[in-house]
Amino acid sequence: MRFSRTSKALGVAAIIALAATGCGGGGSNNSGSSAGDPNKVIIADGSEPQRPLMPADINEVGGGKIATLIFSGLVSYDPSGKPVNELAESIEAPDAKNFTIKLKKDQKFTNGEAITAKTFVDSWNFGAAAKNAQLSATFFESIKGYDETSAEGSTVETMSGLKVVDDTTFTVELKQPESDWPLRLGYTAFMPLPAAALADPKTYGEKPVGNGPYKMAENGWQHNVQIQLVPNADYNGPRKAKNGGVTFKIFQNDDAAYQDLLSNNLDILQTIPTSALKNFKTDLGDRFIEKPYAGNQTIAIPEYLPEWSGEAGKLRRQAISMAINREEITKVIFSGGRQPAKDFTAPVLDGYSDSIPGSDNLKFDAAKAKDLWAKADAIQKWDPNTVFTVAYNADKGGHKAWVEAMTNQLKNNLGIKAEGLPFATFKEARDLATSAKLTGSIRAGWQADYPSLYNFLGPIYKTGAGSNDARYANPEFDKAISDGLSAPSVSDGNKAMNKAQEILLKDLPAIPLWYQVAQGGWSTGVSNVDYGWDGVPLYYNITGK
Amino acid sequence: MATYILKRFLQLIPVFLGATLLVYFLVFSLPGDPIAALFGDKPVNEAVAAKLRAQYNLDQPFIVQYLLYLKSIFTFDLGQDFSGRPIAAVLGEVFPVTARLAVMALIFEAVFGIAFGLVAGLRKGKLFDGTVLIASLIVIGIPIFVLGFILQFFIGVQLGWAKPTVSAAATVQDLILPAIVLGLASFAYVLRLTRTSVIENMNADYVRTATAKGLSRFRVINVHILRNSLIPVVTFLGADLGTLMGGAIVTEGIFNVPGVGNRLYRAVLSGEGPTVVSIVTVLVLIYCLSNLLVDLLYAWLDPRIRYDS
Repeated sequence: MRFSRTSKALGVAAIIALAATGCGGGGSNNSGSSAGDPNKVIIADGSEPQRPLMPADINEVGGGKIATLIFSGLVSYDPSGKPVNELAESIEAPDAKNFTIKLKKDQKFTNGEAITAKTFVDSWNFGAAAKNAQLSATFFESIKGYDETSAEGSTVETMSGLKVVDDTTFTVELKQPESDWPLRLGYTAFMPLPAAALADPKTYGEKPVGNGPYKMAENGWQHNVQIQLVPNADYNGPRKAKNGGVTFKIFQNDDAAYQDLLSNNLDILQTIPTSALKNFKTDLGDRFIEKPYAGNQTIAIPEYLPEWSGEAGKLRRQAISMAINREEITKVIFSGGRQPAKDFTAPVLDGYSDSIPGSDNLKFDAAKAKDLWAKADAIQKWDPNTVFTVAYNADKGGHKAWVEAMTNQLKNNLGIKAEGLPFATFKEARDLATSAKLTGSIRAGWQADYPSLYNFLGPIYKTGAGSNDARYANPEFDKAISDGLSAPSVSDGNKAMNKAQEILLKDLPAIPLWYQVAQGGWSTGVSNVDYGWDGVPLYYNITGK
Repeated sequence: MATYILKRFLQLIPVFLGATLLVYFLVFSLPGDPIAALFGDKPVNEAVAAKLRAQYNLDQPFIVQYLLYLKSIFTFDLGQDFSGRPIAAVLGEVFPVTARLAVMALIFEAVFGIAFGLVAGLRKGKLFDGTVLIASLIVIGIPIFVLGFILQFFIGVQLGWAKPTVSAAATVQDLILPAIVLGLASFAYVLRLTRTSVIENMNADYVRTATAKGLSRFRVINVHILRNSLIPVVTFLGADLGTLMGGAIVTEGIFNVPGVGNRLYRAVLSGEGPTVVSIVTVLVLIYCLSNLLVDLLYAWLDPRIRYDS
């Protein structure tokens, strides 16, 4: 019985080793050769894209990562989230409403087709038109004529706000002034598409043809297995590939990806799995990164619940917010993988401030919290049998641990009943929020689509906004937001956005908890790893050793 | 014999209908709207959602959806998954991988399980027998994912003898470790089954007769003991092929095998009814066919069993 004995011995040894070293190091390896090998093919972790790779149909990270690399739009974002021109020569609008966009000359797709003003206009019209059912169609909503093209069953296929002037110039008229609109243009939905792709999206969704720093290798998309990208030699923008290609190996399970990283079968792992958070720093030595990115975590508390409405509800939300010890949870549960929130946006964004008046409401102060709760009780009595619930999805994201820690803090600091309310899948939890059937709070995460303060405020807290889980409605806030959008410049706009945040910090339709921090690691075979503002590695920059 | 086989094949029809109906209903009853989930945290664009719902027949009542699905099976067009790919193509990608994995696991458990079981049975009560019994108990006792992670960590990461996950091609070599993990529990059962059966048959009259006739020990063991002892083992192995294919979800997850389990898991999470039902239906058919095969093998192993009326 040699086999079972071996496995038994291995098992015992494994348990001892796991306990003693917390999963020791990953052995030795020397894969690369000279410093900065430009031909090294980077093996990265990916997930199977949910939809065909048509830029405006992509709505999740698996496809988004690929699209960002194989397409180049008017602008791209530098590591700090600042937009830099790719195909755009200039984007101008004196009134923040009528934009004139000039393109660089002689730009081409990898199939040789020229990219002109018409390419952009056609691609955007395609993305917005209802008949094409693109998941990200809403990104074009600011453009005049969007409502007509996107209405259910609409046969209008062009937005009236888009006009081709000449080969390299087109104009965009928005419905109302939006000073931060140019910031959006680096998002995948705004990428140009070759004419053939618009004519036959099915084929091109499988074998996309783009113009980015990489292109899809011949039969590069092996479904559920891997996606191979090779450098596009004709690309001359700011994100030129410094390696011999990127192969995204598709993982269903982060733990498997982590084992692959430890044994150098994977060069870069975007997110360290929850199970390895305690020991990845010992495992990887100096081959890891921790960098905040444009995402945050909140719990939304719907105002349509009687106990959370009116003045009493507001006081209670403030009390809940101050009863949460964010420092402790980020340290103990996340081992520093999150940063306590000080506003509703994220620190990597241009215009961010950690000292907006009212941000004291996000500081831990158990005594004051108790006080506020008592004040609320004076207005409207809290039934001591009511349980404050925090709904979350248990399928991924590892939310259970922090929800439990937080509800325990609420129990201890406010003396109320509080508990997590797990849902088996994300879609189940979302259904409750979108149909306004929540019975308590719900965890909400927001990851920016484009680096702008507005992106964290407008789509979530404006009256009637699509992601307004709390059904928050405050005309004062709506006005402050639209003032910010019609500001003549992005920096004036940012000031106005922070003014709007003052209102939010008082009302707390959602309670900001923490900012997201990207935690990733890489193999011994690569160097020059850095992450962008959105928490995604800058794959084009990675070199072999 | 032919009538028997035909009858068994006809039995597959109600099994097929029942299984598809049941699984389709289960997926249909999963809470949450799969199309709304495609939008993630973002607002659902109703015009887009309506178009997608119509495309996947999700706007129809359950029974209509199911009948449309049945129709699609009989026209050999299983429909599309959410990424717009034909489900038939998806099945064609994942089943060969899992079949390879399951067959390797089956070979592993059959060869080693029978060999060790035979030796243990022949040396009943000796040191080898005792060790084998205890070890197999441990293997049965430890959950498969624990064994999987331990072997992956030690053999894959620490020793570097095999890759911790399966490569894109999922070659036979890549699949050795996952197949061992997948087959380990059944291996222990096969071993114990063989051992008990061998011990029982050693005391049978025909074995004593064979020995008394002066047959060689090799012939006694091989033809008289082993062949007769294999009947329960074969039943187990046959039924196990189906279990291995369907039960590979955990193993496939650990070793990132791009097979049936992984795809099924993803389809269940995203609520892709037709994909789930198609995969499960094929699994059910494999299960039924392997059982039929087992019944036919009986007749070959034990001439006393005859299927003709």
